[in-house]
Amino acid sequence: MKPLSQIRFLLRITRTHGIIRRYFVVNGFDGALTMLGIIVGFHFSAPASLSVIISACIGAAIALGVSGVSSAYVSEQAERRRALSKLEDAMVTDLQESAHGDAARWVPWYIALVNGSAPLVISLLIITPLWLSNSGTHLFISPLYAAIIIALILIFFFGVFLGHISGISWLRSGVQTVLIALLTILLIYLFTGV
Amino acid sequence: MVSVKRLVLDILKPHQPNALEFSGTLAEVGDDYYVSLTVIEMDENTETVQVVIEGGNIDFEAIQLAISNMSGSLHSIDVVEVQSTPSNNN
Repeated sequence: MKPLSQIRFLLRITRTHGIIRRYFVVNGFDGALTMLGIIVGFHFSAPASLSVIISACIGAAIALGVSGVSSAYVSEQAERRRALSKLEDAMVTDLQESAHGDAARWVPWYIALVNGSAPLVISLLIITPLWLSNSGTHLFISPLYAAIIIALILIFFFGVFLGHISGISWLRSGVQTVLIALLTILLIYLFTGV
Repeated sequence: MVSVKRLVLDILKPHQPNALEFSGTLAEVGDDYYVSLTVIEMDENTETVQVVIEGGNIDFEAIQLAISNMSGSLHSIDVVEVQSTPSNNN
């Protein structure tokens, strides 16, 4: 079986497609909102150099990634082991060498990688304008504004994705998530900008 | 030489892989296998199925391996049909 088909097969027999999707959205949204918060915080506070802002954002992105991988792996490994043990009891046989044994070993890694990479990739996309500007590329707007706009667009797409999954209006769902981001910006402004 | 033409197997398996995937994987073991699966009994975590496999020369070892790879447990071989073919000694 090809590696991708094998991954799909293991996710299907453990019925973890939904869990992966949920982790991707939850942690990706976390990453986007965290980057938005850091960038908006810098925007409202005393001017700081782009390299300082980039370092702060990368630090947070790495922490989110590592936290995502480790927390998901630990919890999913426990869940998969429990599920395998329950199935072994029902089957009255050792399933370590079977597809379910493989799933108990590998599915926690797949979920952990998705959970960790979602906020990391989203964060790196958001800070791209800061990188470009810092490396000398001319942008038509301030790099902080560009990063905020990218964050809002990604957050909108998370809403669209959620709307698509739940079968409700994609526009309504997208606008809802953007409103959450705008509320976050308002709260940061109230605490740091006034 | 003896060729196995038909097998009826009693298997205990988890709900996943489902019956379609389970029988499809068994059919893929040989080039000309016909597989029929009937669910006999079902409980919370497992199901007992009767699998009928027909083919020109069924490889029982490979079938057994495919069943255990899919977390199934072969309980019994209920029916076997075999056929001998004259060996060519020329």
